[in-house]
Amino acid sequence: MTAANAVAPETGFLAEDRIAVATQWQLMWWRFRKHKLAVGGTIVLVAFYLVALFADFFAYVDPTESDAQRSLMAPQTIHWIDDGRFRPYVYALKGTRDPLTFKRVYVPDTSTKIPVRFFGRGEPYELLGFIPTDRHLIAVEGAKASESLFLMGTDTQGRDLWSRLMYATRTSMTIGLVSVALSLVLGVVLGGVSGYFGGVIDTVIQRIIEILRSIPTIPLWMGLAAAVPSDWGVVKVYFAITIIISLIGWTELARVVRGRFISLKEEDFVMAAELVGCSKTRIIFRHMVPSFLSHIIAATTLAIPAIIISETSLSFLGLGLRPPAISWGVLLQDAQNIQALVISPWLLIPSLAVIIAVLAFNFMGDGIRDAADPYL
Amino acid sequence: MVAYIVRRLLLAVLTVWAISVLSFIIIHLPPGDYVTSYIASMSASGSAVSEGEANALREQLGLDKPITIQYAKWMGLMLQGNFGMAMEWGRPVADVIGDRLTLTMVISVAAIIFTWALALPIGIYSAVYRYSFLDYVFTFVGFIGLAIPGFLLALIVMYVGFAWFGANVGGLFSPDFVEAPWSMAKVWDLTKHLPIPAIVLGVAGTAQLIRIMRSNLLDELRKPYVMTARARGLPEYRVIMRYPVRVALNPFVSTIGYLLPYVVSGSIIVSLVLSLPTVGPLLLKALIAQDMFLAGTIVLLLGVMTVIGTFISDLLLMWIDPRIRLGRQ
Repeated sequence: MTAANAVAPETGFLAEDRIAVATQWQLMWWRFRKHKLAVGGTIVLVAFYLVALFADFFAYVDPTESDAQRSLMAPQTIHWIDDGRFRPYVYALKGTRDPLTFKRVYVPDTSTKIPVRFFGRGEPYELLGFIPTDRHLIAVEGAKASESLFLMGTDTQGRDLWSRLMYATRTSMTIGLVSVALSLVLGVVLGGVSGYFGGVIDTVIQRIIEILRSIPTIPLWMGLAAAVPSDWGVVKVYFAITIIISLIGWTELARVVRGRFISLKEEDFVMAAELVGCSKTRIIFRHMVPSFLSHIIAATTLAIPAIIISETSLSFLGLGLRPPAISWGVLLQDAQNIQALVISPWLLIPSLAVIIAVLAFNFMGDGIRDAADPYL
Repeated sequence: MVAYIVRRLLLAVLTVWAISVLSFIIIHLPPGDYVTSYIASMSASGSAVSEGEANALREQLGLDKPITIQYAKWMGLMLQGNFGMAMEWGRPVADVIGDRLTLTMVISVAAIIFTWALALPIGIYSAVYRYSFLDYVFTFVGFIGLAIPGFLLALIVMYVGFAWFGANVGGLFSPDFVEAPWSMAKVWDLTKHLPIPAIVLGVAGTAQLIRIMRSNLLDELRKPYVMTARARGLPEYRVIMRYPVRVALNPFVSTIGYLLPYVVSGSIIVSLVLSLPTVGPLLLKALIAQDMFLAGTIVLLLGVMTVIGTFISDLLLMWIDPRIRLGRQ
């Protein structure tokens, strides 16, 4: 008898056996895997955070390097096949002024081919802040990348949009994480206190949440953000904006946590722990928190897209992060003028990043929520 | 029923108070007091403020007194309808805001009506024909609608209008009517311009409401009473519309309280992109010019209007839902 034969009739039994002994997290993972959109969203998000982590590797030039001679260039086409072989190249661009409209126009110079290489050498930088290297995802040979490569075109000041988008991804994706972490602390503490102790404290906290939710948030954010002193540095403004966004965004998380606390308080295992004489802290952190951790993770994931949209909106208005900081909202400031947008529609490219990231977070969050609680 | 109204009214008053404190904080956040920045901006525009005037202003606002008294004085002025002067405009705040506040509310209400008109039938359809082709289409469109921030949608609409149709789809009035006094013709002109901002503002809310309606109705449709109705041979249309939809509608109605602040909030940014004459552009200008008095007043008035709107919707809810009317929560 071969091994394959021995296993085959027992597969059904084995599968059931596996479910019976699986931990809660394994069960969740199996359910999550079935949710195709959620898995897709997760993969997209991993890619986004890789870009955030290695922004300087994915960018091929300094995102702040500007040159009026290269303003508002259209995205360049890469030619992949050269002489029947895979050898990507771009044509050099020559900038001239249109004698009629005085607009700068860029004509490809078909006599000069600039080879494009993956993992080639470019400007030196420090990977992760401590590994000196000059390898970039995309690089050109025999020319300076800043003078020849414009995958997504340039903005009004001639800065390369592709490289700026990579750095913007770093800012916008991390602001979501930092801000949600702060909201989470507020939400778990206040929601937990509210749900566990009940009574007057619960009523007070619930009223506060209700009040916060019935105030139009954007004007409030705008007011608070506008009060951030204009002489603050990039990092200080970043944290100020993060705090402002999380101060108003914690209510939904608190609501979820409170709901779970209330429903768990009545469970037998909590009463058992109380009767055995466990301390309150032990009951909360050892017995209750693990059983709704997955719900918190789901709620947190679903809170991030709202934060990303808030940051983008604030920065778009010029009240959030300000240049020289680079975020999706800051990039979209250039797209505010409709006439400019019609002439150079590539300035809208950063909005795709916003939409894709928000969608991915929503899909992943939905997947986690369904996996965490199939009966919901 | 009375208890319900009183409870809601108390909460509304509390909310207004919280908003007033937050607005007051916004006014006081920037360094220097209001009068100093007032003098600075006045002398920048060429008109000087005398020492006496400045002192009178300080006296009126109680800027030399502790912060709680300042707040009380400010609230007193607000309650009398004296919103102070808008620096940049050199006119009373009430004059500058008046029409714009009304228009903000008109747009917000239009957006909510749009949201309802669309979300209700689509939600019912998606639940009844679950997993049908159209259900997937609506789910997909809904997800996209949720993922696009309002200002971005406004930008895209403007771009499409401009690039493909050569028309400026922004604004709320035709050029002829912008400065004209109110008349029937002007109101009609406004009605014609309302749909685009209403749709742009309403899309995200619609997407959310469709999902809520769909899941509520799905829960109801599984219940035994629906099967009973079917077994009795009621026509399918009546089986669905008469009971399950009515029950599913309740949580739907109560979300209006959260929808209004959300829409008002969104209208601020969307107005900027679509250049609508609401308080949005005014607020941004005031904030950038650091005219915090005007900004704080706008935040306060917007908040108060929203609370009033929510309160009215609570009363409507009570009227629709007999369970609340009869005193059960």
